Amino acid sequence: MSEGGAGMRIDHPHVGVTTAFLGMPTFQQAAKESLNDPVQRRNLAHATGVIREKRAAVVGELDNWEELRRAAEAIKNRALFSLDDYLMEFEERAAAAGATVHWARDAAEANRIVVDLARAKQAREVVKVKSMATQEIELNEALQAAGIDAWETDLAELIVQLGDDWPSHILVPAIHRNRSEVREIFLRQMKKVGRPAPEDLTDDPPRLAEAARLHLREKFLRADFAVSGANFAIAETGSLVVVESEGNGRMCLSLPKTLVSVVGIEKILPTWRDLEVMLQVLPRSSTGERENPYTSIWTGNAEGDGPQDVHIVLLDNGRTEVLADEVGRAALRCIRCSACLNVCPVYERAGGHAYGSVYPGPIGAVLTPQLRGTSSEVDQSLPYASSLCGACFDACPVRIDIPSLLVHLRTRVVDEHRGGVPRPEAVAMKAAGWMFADHRRYEVAERLATSGGKALRSPLFGRREVLRQLPPPLNAWSGARDVPVPPPESFRSWWKRTEGGRHEPRCAPHSSTETPSGQRTSSRSRSTEGE
Amino acid sequence: MSSAPPVSGLKVALFATCFNDLMWPETPKAVVRLLRRLGVEVDFPVEQTCCGQLFTNTGYLDEAGPAVRTFVQTFDPYDAIVAPSGSCVGSVRHQHGDIARRTGDARLAERVEEIAPRTYELSEFLVDVLGVTDVGAYFPHRVTYHPTCHSLRMLRVGDKPLQLLRAVQGIDLVDLPSADQCCGFGGTFAIKNADTSIAMGSDKSRHVREAGAEVLVAGDNSCLAHIGGLLSRERSGVRVMHLAEILASTEEEPA
Repeated sequence: MSEGGAGMRIDHPHVGVTTAFLGMPTFQQAAKESLNDPVQRRNLAHATGVIREKRAAVVGELDNWEELRRAAEAIKNRALFSLDDYLMEFEERAAAAGATVHWARDAAEANRIVVDLARAKQAREVVKVKSMATQEIELNEALQAAGIDAWETDLAELIVQLGDDWPSHILVPAIHRNRSEVREIFLRQMKKVGRPAPEDLTDDPPRLAEAARLHLREKFLRADFAVSGANFAIAETGSLVVVESEGNGRMCLSLPKTLVSVVGIEKILPTWRDLEVMLQVLPRSSTGERENPYTSIWTGNAEGDGPQDVHIVLLDNGRTEVLADEVGRAALRCIRCSACLNVCPVYERAGGHAYGSVYPGPIGAVLTPQLRGTSSEVDQSLPYASSLCGACFDACPVRIDIPSLLVHLRTRVVDEHRGGVPRPEAVAMKAAGWMFADHRRYEVAERLATSGGKALRSPLFGRREVLRQLPPPLNAWSGARDVPVPPPESFRSWWKRTEGGRHEPRCAPHSSTETPSGQRTSSRSRSTEGE
Repeated sequence: MSSAPPVSGLKVALFATCFNDLMWPETPKAVVRLLRRLGVEVDFPVEQTCCGQLFTNTGYLDEAGPAVRTFVQTFDPYDAIVAPSGSCVGSVRHQHGDIARRTGDARLAERVEEIAPRTYELSEFLVDVLGVTDVGAYFPHRVTYHPTCHSLRMLRVGDKPLQLLRAVQGIDLVDLPSADQCCGFGGTFAIKNADTSIAMGSDKSRHVREAGAEVLVAGDNSCLAHIGGLLSRERSGVRVMHLAEILASTEEEPA
């Protein structure tokens, strides 16, 4: 190739499931940064809001949506419970149809297979269909290291690649960018790697799409070698399925001579008929469409039609271990629709990059620590990157109970720290656990708190009702939130004193700081009182 | 006020929850008054402590074990357990089983499965068990309701709290924009991920102010402590109240 030959060497942070994620900031640290990015906050709030509404509309119009979800869950469970058998069946059928099937234990093996195939074909560049699996194994970086340029052809992936950036969303990798940012990226970068963007480019979406189309067309027509992933792999027929919106996938899957598809082993569907359910739930959950514009299905090769040399790389890369975890394995049902990201209030504010992985959002928080393990700080922080609000479970088309999985993985993180020198949090939890075992211990703690409350409410401390500052680590709370002073009498003390309210005087007789029980209004104005 | 159906012979226990017991005693007091008005005498077994959710949701399952055992021993003798917290009831119904099984005590796990279905969040108890929506309350204020996540998505209380609020005399109930969005409390999430939690809470408090209400009501004082803490810091002039306190409020004894 000419102008793009030297290629753009993009130095991505490593966010796949393979390499140097150790030393990445924790979710908390990364989120602290991204929360301060006003452009990204606005872009994300707008974009997730739009997709949420679209999804809600197309899901709401079906009266059998819950049935479809349960069917999709059952299909994926069936596939996972007999995954070994279905994989063998898939290999046999795909091979019989003319495909070469490779097995890759991990990212390094998968990358080596693809690089070797590209080298054997003397390919200097490859065109790519958007694929989470190849991002996970950092295939582009492996190809680059072998002197082969990999061109992303999905519009959003192109924006990310040209912008020297990394994806922040499973479906819409450039969701954190707005159109004026996209225009600048196109103007600045396209000329470095191929057909330049027109100089009079505006941020009008049709103009931006046209620039991308012209830039990519050149690459489609030139490339001999394509790399894809797959949404589904059908055991019964040996077919692969790619679902997309832009037609770039169709170009990559039909024009080049060689096609290599990297497919996670959990993508298996037992039968052709299972597509009936999956092709209904995926587009509705993903783009909020009844049907996606392009669905490509191929089985091996067909003489004189499309790629003649067809390869499939079946990728494990930690999936077998996830499958071995009876609770955690539910995450393997994921069909990468990204509905959970779009409804997640944490994702919407912190953004995808904070998750330090190609799999962001709620599903990333349960998938990444399982695929990579929980040895690094970032992976230990991911299960805690959720308020457990449950919106993700409600939206998930294959009914992954993400909140329960998060709690399961939090338990794993805590369990892995047991036995060593306990962290302050663990000491506090142990003490509190001991206290809650017996109400008499709890009552002692309660008396201490109410005594403190009484003191703070006394004239000596300026009759405080509300605290504005707490010592560390509780200042994380009081930084933005006022804290009520403990009331002078706990409920159980009141219950004992008044025998369940049966002998309650109209005004409590005790101290001057006691709240008169008949004047609940004033004692209840929690949020309006000053110090 | 519609006549309250007698639940004669039903032994009902109040699970105040540790957080309400210490920090928001007016809420369980309101439950006692409300249920007494409806003809239900609740007992408060003093052996009770905590549902253990603080531990469970932070990953400390072993530490939650004693709390679960205490819960089971305390409430085993009762026909129904009612708690003014969607979150704590959610923990009893959806997490106690896992915690009990982890202790290796099969009998404890069995008893959890027996007690969990008899444990009700307040609005469930009123609407499903007692069969009332008009509890004879009077509260002449402009109120907006925040459905807390665990009530909404774990317990599926649906519009039961709203059915109860709509029947309150004098109330001016206004819609909360983006009501189903999490407020950002999330237990230890509020501390561990304070920045994200505050970002979520700020949006919630903005919606509360947009609603133009004097009072924000919800079924969980934990979420209200978070949103209320923000509203207080912002000097918004909006007060937060638990559902039980509005339902217990009458003309003679206003909240």
